[in-house]
Amino acid sequence: MRILVLVKQVPLSSDVAIDEKTGVIKRESGETKMNPYDLYALETALRLRETHGGAVLVLTMGPPQAEAVLREAFMMGADEGYLLTDRAFAGSDVLATSYALSQGIWKLGDFDLIVSGKQTTDGDTAQVGAECSEFLGIPCVTSVQKIVAVDANSITLECDTGATVEVVRMQLPALIGVDKDILQPRLPSYLRMKKTATRPINRLTLADLTDGDANHYGLKGSPTQVQKIFPPEVSKDFVRWDSGDLALQLYHYLEDHKFLQERI
Amino acid sequence: MSTLVVHQEKITDAKALPGLCPFGAIIADAEGVRISESCRMCLLCVKKGPAGVFELRKDDAPARIVDKSLWQGVLVSIEQRDGVIHPVSLELVGKARELAQKARQPLYASVAGLGLDAVGLELLAYGIDTVCMYEDPALQLFRVEPHTAVLEDAIGFLKPAVVLVGGTPSGRMLAPRAAARLHTGLTADCTVLDIQSNGDLDQIRPAFGGNIMAHIRTPNHRPQFATVRYKVFDMAHTVDIPTGRIVRRSLPPAKLVSGIEVLEVHPKGVGSYIEDAQVLVAVGKGIGSQANLGLVEQLATVLGAQVACTRPLVENGWMDPRKQIGLSGRTVRPKLIITCGISGSVQFVAGMKGSEKIIAINSDPNASIFKTAHVGLVGDLFEIVPRLIELISAHGASFLHTEEANSHV
Repeated sequence: MRILVLVKQVPLSSDVAIDEKTGVIKRESGETKMNPYDLYALETALRLRETHGGAVLVLTMGPPQAEAVLREAFMMGADEGYLLTDRAFAGSDVLATSYALSQGIWKLGDFDLIVSGKQTTDGDTAQVGAECSEFLGIPCVTSVQKIVAVDANSITLECDTGATVEVVRMQLPALIGVDKDILQPRLPSYLRMKKTATRPINRLTLADLTDGDANHYGLKGSPTQVQKIFPPEVSKDFVRWDSGDLALQLYHYLEDHKFLQERI
Repeated sequence: MSTLVVHQEKITDAKALPGLCPFGAIIADAEGVRISESCRMCLLCVKKGPAGVFELRKDDAPARIVDKSLWQGVLVSIEQRDGVIHPVSLELVGKARELAQKARQPLYASVAGLGLDAVGLELLAYGIDTVCMYEDPALQLFRVEPHTAVLEDAIGFLKPAVVLVGGTPSGRMLAPRAAARLHTGLTADCTVLDIQSNGDLDQIRPAFGGNIMAHIRTPNHRPQFATVRYKVFDMAHTVDIPTGRIVRRSLPPAKLVSGIEVLEVHPKGVGSYIEDAQVLVAVGKGIGSQANLGLVEQLATVLGAQVACTRPLVENGWMDPRKQIGLSGRTVRPKLIITCGISGSVQFVAGMKGSEKIIAINSDPNASIFKTAHVGLVGDLFEIVPRLIELISAHGASFLHTEEANSHV
């Protein structure tokens, strides 16, 4: 199987806060990591390679330093890494990101399966995988909890539809979005790090894509625009109890607010 | 359309500049300061950075201008299964009606499946002007390709300014597929929606695990897609006299083809969804050990509540992942939630801040959960909870006693 995993570099911590006076974002550090949900996607791909053979390729879009996540993928066992990087991609929203990724995927050739994580920890949209599948014209299923079977033309999956769990068979090629906890991701290996330290990372820029029109990417290719960002509101009416018989105060509160009546 | 330009000559302290950007898009190295692919065009660097260093250079008129007057109305893509409408769809109808009234535009719905007569009438009762209905065996269960074709057809027929889709597992496939097909904008998991008189949708959504709120618009494309999670908005109200109409439409067989075959459908454990609970007792790391979970379970029992938890407890294997509240878990909106030993990470709070009453028990007076809570108890949960269980049990006992006494009369 030729499997492609979509990964993203995200800030190490999403603990960002906005200074309410200045509107400037306070961040602990500029450190980054692989989006934790992508580890499950990568693990899924690596297990499929173990049982069905083939190769695992990893694609990310980002600045040159996003190479780091591809190196991390090598340490987990990925075979090839591709970095989609170009100033023209700056300011990409869901549509422009998905379009650029799908163009990059075309460039890399045919795949049997494309695997993405549930969502990223910075944008949290969980929509890029499905948009890619639309641009690629292949079926997609997300919220995948288990790979049941794989044969030459199809993959059978168990997925969470909210109220039910469905077992579906999907024709290949296809895209799947896997839930966290589908499989426990392996740890990066030091040995593999040593072995892959000099493995080249392939860069793709706008000029490499079939659609080389910069207007289709980045800010120009993004229908959505951020008007402003601001801190979330905090609750206003707040009572604090820190002395006396706290349990009794709470009991009376629950009684006053009729939380104790209906039950009995 | 515009681009960001960095004026190198005006930079005095290059090292300070990367810190301006929440997305880490400003790079300062030997080549100077530049803006990377991570840029989201939030323009904080222009507004908050040193004067003149970052400039927003506006290009000529946008490449594509949409005639907004041709796109009127708010369309809700209804999710239904076996004739039962998902409650998130009705919440969206409620919000859509508000938006449509404000912008003086029609309210639309589209629904696909089999045997939808009752569903159509139910939708009209909520004051929808036009319901586009698609009935076909191929549409009985959700599969992304045929359902995307349905939404595409409904949009082509109705030409709505706004399309709202529930942030359910299937909605999260449908909305991006349809938005990509129409090359338009999609804003996921909106928590606030408002509309301008020209039909521009104001969308507010959390990012960075809820640490930042972003206000997003889709000013030059139609329709504007937004998804909203279950329990973010209030249910729609019915109208006295429905005046809308049902339009039955069908798709050519080629549009109904899918590469997906549903082999089996298994119901999940019934009645155990934390999303549906009116009262929740949520437990976090402060509980200390798995053995102590019995305490919160007892509290839940006496309150007629369900137990939910934070991510670390799921990661420890102490609780079922389906019980996890938060951005990576479930969003809940119960009438009452009592958090025990939860510090209140933003990702947790994002999943429960819509709760009507939030009571937090935590021994750390500075725990951030107190910023979200309505009532904060600064104290040891191992003292408070057992005594509370005792008090409530006694209340129940006395109540039962009275009942018993009455029955003897």
